[in-house]
Parts: sequence; C-alpha cells; structure tokens
Amino acid sequence: MLAPLSWLKEYVDIDVTAKELEEKLFSCGFEVEELIDIGKDVSKVVVGLVEECEPIPETHLHVCQVNAGEHGKFQVCCGADNVKAGGKFPLALEGASVYATAKDHVTIEGTMTIKKGKLRGFESCGMLCSGVELGLTEDMYPGAGYCGLLVLPEDAEVGSDIKPLVGLDDYIFDIAITANRPDCQSIYGIAREVAAVLNKPCKPLNVDYTETEVKKEAFKVTVDAPELCPRYIGHYVYDVKMDQSPAWMKRRLALVGIGSISNIVDITNYVLKELGQPMHAFDYSFLEGEQINVRRAGNGEKIVTLDEKEFELNDSNLVICDGKKPVALAGIMGGLNSEILDTTTEVMFEAAKFMRDNIRKSSRSLGQASDSSAMYAKGVYEYTTVLAMKRALHLIEELGCGKVSSTHVEVSSGNSIEPKEMKVSINRVNGVLGIKVPDQDILRIMTALNFEPVINGDELTIQIPAYREDMENYPDVAEEVIRMYGYDHVTPTFMPTAEVTMGGLNLRQKTELKLKRALCAAGAFEGIHYSFFSPKDFDLLRLPEDDYRRTAISLINPINIDLSLMRTTLAPQMIHAMARNQKKGTLSGRIFELGNVFIPKSLPLTDYPDERQTLCVGVFGQEESFYTLKAFAEVVAKTLGIEFTYEQSSNTFLHPYRTADIICDGEKVGYLGQVTYEIMDDLDMRTPAFVMEIDIAKLSKYYGKEQMFTPLPKFDIEKRDFAFVVNKDITCAQIENGIKEACKYVTHVELFDVYEGIQLGPQKRSMAFSVIFTPKDEAFDAERVDGFVKKILKNLEKNLGITLRA
Amino acid sequence: MRDKLNEIKDRALLQIAGAEGLEALNEVRNTILGKKGELTAILKGMKDVSPEDRPKVGKWVNETREAIESCLSTQLKKLESEALKARYSAEKIDVTMPAKMQPKGRLNPVTLVRNQLIDIFGSMGFEVYEGTEIETDYYNFTALNTPDDHPARDMQDTFYLSPEFLLRTQTSAGQVHAMEAGKPPIKIISPGKVFRSDDDATHSPMFSQMEGLVVDKGITLCDLKGMLDKFCKEIFGQEVKTRLRPSYFPFTEPSVEVDVSCFQCGGSGCKLCKGTGWIEVLGAGVVNTKVLEGCGIDTNEYSGFAFGIGMERIAMLKYGINNIKLLFESDLRVLDQLEE
Repeated sequence: MLAPLSWLKEYVDIDVTAKELEEKLFSCGFEVEELIDIGKDVSKVVVGLVEECEPIPETHLHVCQVNAGEHGKFQVCCGADNVKAGGKFPLALEGASVYATAKDHVTIEGTMTIKKGKLRGFESCGMLCSGVELGLTEDMYPGAGYCGLLVLPEDAEVGSDIKPLVGLDDYIFDIAITANRPDCQSIYGIAREVAAVLNKPCKPLNVDYTETEVKKEAFKVTVDAPELCPRYIGHYVYDVKMDQSPAWMKRRLALVGIGSISNIVDITNYVLKELGQPMHAFDYSFLEGEQINVRRAGNGEKIVTLDEKEFELNDSNLVICDGKKPVALAGIMGGLNSEILDTTTEVMFEAAKFMRDNIRKSSRSLGQASDSSAMYAKGVYEYTTVLAMKRALHLIEELGCGKVSSTHVEVSSGNSIEPKEMKVSINRVNGVLGIKVPDQDILRIMTALNFEPVINGDELTIQIPAYREDMENYPDVAEEVIRMYGYDHVTPTFMPTAEVTMGGLNLRQKTELKLKRALCAAGAFEGIHYSFFSPKDFDLLRLPEDDYRRTAISLINPINIDLSLMRTTLAPQMIHAMARNQKKGTLSGRIFELGNVFIPKSLPLTDYPDERQTLCVGVFGQEESFYTLKAFAEVVAKTLGIEFTYEQSSNTFLHPYRTADIICDGEKVGYLGQVTYEIMDDLDMRTPAFVMEIDIAKLSKYYGKEQMFTPLPKFDIEKRDFAFVVNKDITCAQIENGIKEACKYVTHVELFDVYEGIQLGPQKRSMAFSVIFTPKDEAFDAERVDGFVKKILKNLEKNLGITLRA
Repeated sequence: MRDKLNEIKDRALLQIAGAEGLEALNEVRNTILGKKGELTAILKGMKDVSPEDRPKVGKWVNETREAIESCLSTQLKKLESEALKARYSAEKIDVTMPAKMQPKGRLNPVTLVRNQLIDIFGSMGFEVYEGTEIETDYYNFTALNTPDDHPARDMQDTFYLSPEFLLRTQTSAGQVHAMEAGKPPIKIISPGKVFRSDDDATHSPMFSQMEGLVVDKGITLCDLKGMLDKFCKEIFGQEVKTRLRPSYFPFTEPSVEVDVSCFQCGGSGCKLCKGTGWIEVLGAGVVNTKVLEGCGIDTNEYSGFAFGIGMERIAMLKYGINNIKLLFESDLRVLDQLEE
C-alpha cells in the first residue's frame, strides 16, 4: 500500500519527519516496507533565471548567463529548444546530482554529477534541466514531460531549492497492511492511524455537493444476487465535460502508481486510493433500458472488458447488466461496451459492496484482475460505499466536470453502517496483556482510534466504527490498547500461574532420533526431500501399471507436474539426489532420509491417508556395494534390537541379481539393491548406486524393547574354522543355517573368506566360516567338539551336498 | 688349568664386549657355552680330573662361567636396548599427515535446529506433538478462525488434494487436534513440514515450522514474552534482546511478530539485519478466544498463547545459509558442514 506523505498531510497535521513517522507506524502495527524518498537522487538544483541567452553559431546550443540568486551567476551552455532569456528553469549547480538520460532524452540511465566543462570553447558551469532529468513525469509536474527544459513558474524565487517547488521533497510510504485491516488499504485509512499515533485530529473528508433537480425518472437498479452484492449505489451525473484532471489529482495518482486517463476515470481511481472503495463510471448513453441489474452470469454468457479481452462466464461470476446485456464484470473490470469516452456527456457512477470471496474466485478463475478486484478481495465495507459515492460527487463539483443529478439509487440488504456498541471488562482486557494499563491511557487510546470510549467502573463501552469489522471481543480491545500503549510495556514473566508439566520426546520420537544418529555414525548424511514428486518417477522406476505405488494422491493445484503427486516411495528422490551429487563432482557418498510416504485409503480422498514413516538409504561410489548398503540395514536392526533376514528378490528398478527383501519376524519390511544400469543411463550416473527402503512404521512395535544382559560363559568357548567348496547357487544363509541347526552349542557363525578360481570349476566357490561353540554346563574337550563338527559336516552334506575343501 | 680358564674368560669378555648385535653375541655364547663350546668341553672333561682336585677345579670353572654369563647378560641388555631404540627410530612417522577417519555422516541443518528447539522447549515442559502433513481444510483453517472467505487465506497459497483435504500450510493445524485430545494444562510444540505454493529464490514449496501452544489458567502476553525471551537467548545467545510488535494471525489476538536484536552486529545495523538492528524470527500471539471456544475450552477459566517458528529460517540465520533450497537438495558438500 503506497501512501505519499504529502497526501496524508491533507488530513493530518504531521509535524514529525518521514523517518519518525515510519517508526511510529511500525510500532503500532504498520510495517513500512520501504520509505521512498522521491527526491533522493536530486540535489543542488535551484531555480535559475536566464538573463542572457546567445546562440552559438552553427550549433543548436545557446550560451546563457544564469542568475542563481544567493549561489551567484553562472555561464551555462544549453541545447534545449525552449531556453530563452527571462525564463526560469531548474539549474543544476556544479556538484549537483540529477538523472542521466539516454539519447532520446526520455529514458533514465542512472544518475550523474554535474561538473564544470567546456562546450564548443564556451565554459559551462552547471546544467539547465528537463523534468526527466529531475525524475519527474508530466503527471507529477505539468511540463515535466516536455522534451526540453522544465519551465518554472514566473513567481519562483531565484536561487531557491527546486525540490519543494516541484514536489521532490515528498516521501512515499510503502506499508504492509495486515489482512485484518482492509480499512487501511487506503490513504484516508492510514491517515486515521497516523492521526491516532500522533494524537492529532484527522480532518473529515469534504463530501459536500449540491444535487440539481434533474432526475432520470425511469432509471432503476435491481439486485438479483443480494448474497453477492449486499449494497449497490448508483448516481447519475450529467453535463459531463470530459477533460484532463487537474495537476494535483494527476500528481497524487502518479505517486501511487496510477496513470491519469481522464477526469471522470481519474475520479474513480482517486476515490479507490483515497477511501479503498472501488468505483466504476458507465457512459449512461450506452446503458440500454435505463437500468442496472446485478445478477449472476448465465452459463456461457460473454463479456469483453475494457482491456478488450473476452471472457466466457458461468453462474459463479457476478455481472452488472443494463436492460439487455452485461456491461461490467462486477468488481473486476468494466465492459468495453459502456466505456467512458471523450464524447461521454452523462455518467452513471457505481459504488457497491461485492463479497470478497466471490470476487477473488472469479478473478482467479477468469485470470482477470485489477486494482478494484484486488481491493474487493481484501475486503470493502458497506459503510465506505456511501462515503465514497459522496466523495466522488463532491469531486465532480470540485473539478467542475459535471452536474450532480438527484437520481440516486441505493439497493441494500439492510446491513447497518452505523457504529456498533460493545461493552467489555477492563480487567479482562488487562488479563490478556498481563499488565494493568491505566484507565486514562485506555480512554486516550480508544478516543484517538474513534471508539468514543466511556469507562464505568470495570466496564468499558465503545462505539465501533463500521469500518472496523475486525473488532469483536475483549482481546481485540486489548490489541488496540497495547499496540498504541506500546509493546515495550509488556514485561517478561514465566507462567507463574501455570502447572508444571513433563516435556520432551515420546518413545517413538526418541527412537527415530536414535536411528538418525546411528545412521550418521555409520557414515550417512541426512537428506530432506519434498513430500511431493513427479509422475515421471514412476516411469523412471519402471513400475508396472498396477503397482500400488502408482496410486498416489495428486495435488489439485501443483506448482508444476514434477511436484504434483504425494510420494508413495522415497526411492526416486534418493536416486535423483545421488545423480545430482555425481553431476556436481561428488562421486561417492551415503545419504539417508527419514520421511513419510502417503498411501491413500481411497481416491479421491475421503479420509486421512496413511502417512507411513519410511527410511530410505542411498549409497553410491566405486567402493560401495550391496554389502556396504546392507550394513545400514544391520545398523537399523541393531539400533532397534531386532534381527533382519534377507531373501533374494526382484524390483523393477534394481539389479535382477543384486536385490533382496528385508524380512523381520517373517514379515517383509523393506528391500535393498543396486540401481539398474538403465536408470544410471537415464540419469547420467557414473558410479554405481544402491538404494534401500524400510517401512519404519512396521518396526515401531519393537521400539523401546527391554534390554537384558547375558552373563559371560562360565567355560571357554571353542572356535573352529571350515572351508567348503560349494555350488554357487547355495547361499551363505543356507550354510549358516545348516551349521546352526546341526548343533545347539553353535552361538556364532561368520563367513570370513570367499574364493573363486579356475581350479574350483566355474560353478563352484570356496567359502570359509568361523564357528563358535559355547559350552553351557561343562567345558568341552576336543573330542566333544570334534563330535559337533562331524554332525555339522554330515548335516551340510546331507542337505546341501557340500563338503570340506580338500 | 687355572690359567687356561682365565685365558678363556679374558678372551670371552673381550669377544662379548666386541659383539655388535644380538647375533654376534649369540655366536660368542655358543663358542664358549654352547654344546660344543670351550667351557662346556672343560666341564665335560671334569670326569678326567682327579677326585681331590675336582671341587677346586669345579669352583674355578663355575666362577669362570658365572663371570662370562654375567658379562653376556649385561651386554645382551645393552644390545637389546640399542636394538629397540633403532626400531623406534626406524618407525618415525610424519604426524602432520592426514588422520584416518571412520566415515561419519551428519544430520540435516533443519534437524539440528529442530533438535535444539525440542531440547529448549522440552526442558520447559513442552511435549512434542506431531500432526499429519495432509490435513483437512477444517483443521488447517476453519477451526483456526479462518473461514472460507477470510482474507488471511490469501496470505497462504494452499495446495489442495480435494475440496476437503490439503497439505497443511502451518503446523498450527496441530493445535486444534491437541486441544481436542487433551484438557488443559496443555503445553505442546509441534514440529513438522508445511507447504505453500511459493517457489522462488527465497521460498520453497515445502519448509518446516514448529508450533508452540500453551493453554492454562492466567496465561498472558507477558508470559509469551518471558518464554520467547528465554528461547531467543538460548538459540541466538544470551546477549540478544527481544521485541514484540503488532501483527496479525487469525488464530491469535493480539498477534505479534517477535524480533531479536541482531546477533551479528549487536543492533548497530549490518547486512544481515538490513541495517535495522533487528531480525524477525517468529510470529506469536494470545490464542484467539474463538479458537479455544471451538475446542470446548472455557475462556473464563483458561487462556493461552501460541507461536510459530520457521525452522529453515532459524537454520539460515544461525548458520548463515544463503539459500533455503540448499537444505532440500541433499548436496553432500552442504550436508558435510555442520556438526550437531
């Protein structure tokens, strides 16, 4: 919200600097995002009187003697065509700062400092300036748009600073307005706050006008959709003389970023900015049937708006119609068919309240927006419709551009626009704040904010102005009081009245953190990826059409297709992360992510989906293998105090012979494997990558397992090593089980060497195991252990057909 | 005989003293005391000595052997000590060469902040309540005093999954669940991922917040200030000051933004605080009575405050991370920088 200091000064006698006002606004809830000093790039420019002006032969230049009053007299060479003796122009003195322009003399290209120089042999001390060189536009100062010197008024005092004269001593506050205060989306709304914070009166708006006896008897307004338009005011203005607006109005509009169009259109924009009430002006002669009807559009009905765009509408869009056709898209933009033209002689002004939700939705769905629709979306008060119409009619008279008829039609759903009385307990107000604000301060603050307060004992009675719909209860009063009284009065306390509570993580949260730290200790870094992913990832993973992971919840309004589905697996983003790292030159690494997958119970969603905590680990690099990844599964198992087993399996995105399911207590809880060469190729990956996913939610039942100490064996353990020659299709797990099941004293089996060689034959390999026997009640002698070994070898031979390596 | 023994002894002592290295010494021992050694030969020849001379000669031989062995042992110790010294010196290393590390990973900076916040608030008695990422419109907005036509909905661009379900835009969504599930006193923090349809240099469509909520008897704005004071000092340093300034959230009234004095320049103004001396760190306020009443809490008896902290923002401020997206890209060059 842009608010020029000069405009605010029309309503409030501001006697502090712009910087001080910025701080005061900040302290009462209006953050000034930028304080724009519009003259900050211009300095040392004064009113110069050209006393002599001689042409330099064979050039377009003149050499001028310029009187700069107290600054002295200077010789200045000037190329402008409108320089002349006796004229008063801006003179940039030596060392002055002004804007530099391109060759077209219009486009600004930074700033420049004026230096003494010589032109065609003539010394030039300073520069006579154009409006553009001072950063002015035609709307900001009449004549500033001329491509030559800026002509100053004859009464300008020679030698005086140019800035106050042309309005460059002004500031614009760019203020962030919170959503609860749409009343401050206007200059007058801000002025009310400025007055309150400076404890000064806010001057009432001039809304006087005189209605003539002219009346359009036939004119009528009907509102068929009062739920979308609770108040509609129309007023007929005639004898309209289309012209430009006066300089003061153009300037103000320019300062808030609106270009001047014509007096009538400018009045609507001026009122919009001044009061926050969008207005519209129809050329009355284009309104067929002398009537206005506010209704929902018919499905398929069309309208062409002022910017010549055509829209096809439906019954969720509100339109303003004449007797036959839509003439405006309500609250968004007028129709081209009733546009104000140079030839307009009679006008129907509209000031209405349209419901913000409807305007916002129409504006979005049609992709058409304007200052008006933005204002309606923030919220417009019915109170302001009345005020704004009066103000517009006043401006018609002030500008002398038309006559105000007595045809005034107001259709209202009957909502009050009078102040509302509210009574609150002062104790409760102070109870919210935790401090006692003195009654006289409450009175002072509420008075300044136009609440007309009365205090009677503990009871505060206020009159809530109609533009303060946000005021509903005692906490609202507390907020008004404290923002004006000052938050620095709030003293820190530490919940003296509260009960002591236990805090911290619960078992699940603690276990998850423990898991993360264990994974870090094993060398993995924690990644966090978006909860949404791309449908392209299904194809990257080569998931079959009927794979459950393809049943993902989709976003209705995603940022783009790649962020359009709630993820059903963490694998693709992990694979992408590994590929990205490789592209950036990190050729090996280990990453984990603990995050949710989203499994819908039905689609479209009718219930909360299953958000399943899932662990994904990715390792990549020449040194990594299936087994280095498997170590991370074992870290999980160890951390949770559980055991995993692994079964060869397959997965469309993993190496057909290097993939396993992770089993816990007979249930599949995850998988791991090497990413396929096809995917590596798709993503330009250079080093092998491995990925694992574990459904952590399935493991939560093991969290917090009680741990017990196992006493050390009373007798020494016995250790034996075996080397077997086995067929390659026999697995390590099979042999381990074969060893374990043959002897109950086997407490540990570990593969410690694998060897493949030509002498063993192509389908064979040698596997060496170390086996530990732990005695229970008595020590083992060598004979006993030899007996165990025999049993083991017999069992392995019988079941797996393997024998000791010769 | 005596002379012969003396001669053997003198020679042996000379040889022992001259032995350089353990092998040479061993050789000396063998030539004298070994199986075929000179002294051994004499001992073996004792049977030929007359019985009356045997004790005398035996004593001489023993004396000679003891002298030689004592000398051998001294020399052995000396040589062993020298050999050890030589071994140590041969094993000299360059201590400035790089350490051999066990590979160790690190937690994401967002998790680092999350853990710190949980530690601080956990010690103040706050339980950790995690809501769901997918929420209903009701819990995310309506129950938080943000009905359908409320302008505050414009403040947050929401990702919808259906007319009813959406991706939560704020961890505040958990507030109402927590208040429905338990009776006051309630003291929870609710960390988690939130989503807004914003994607540019400073915004990420997913980020993390931590909501805090206290509902108890007699809770005031002063309590909010006191608690956030403590929190900011823990996170940003004991010397920082906090400042409340008016703001707006539909579910708190009054609402405040909380600024801390710039911990980089101490408040004099720098690039980090954009010259203002203050840094905005979180939003907070007294819980709107409508929200409490909607959860069946008697506002005559109870009141509360709530606050919401952007965890990435804290991480970025605290660690000087310049781009929020770095936190979600799993770039190992980023992740391998900050230790818990």
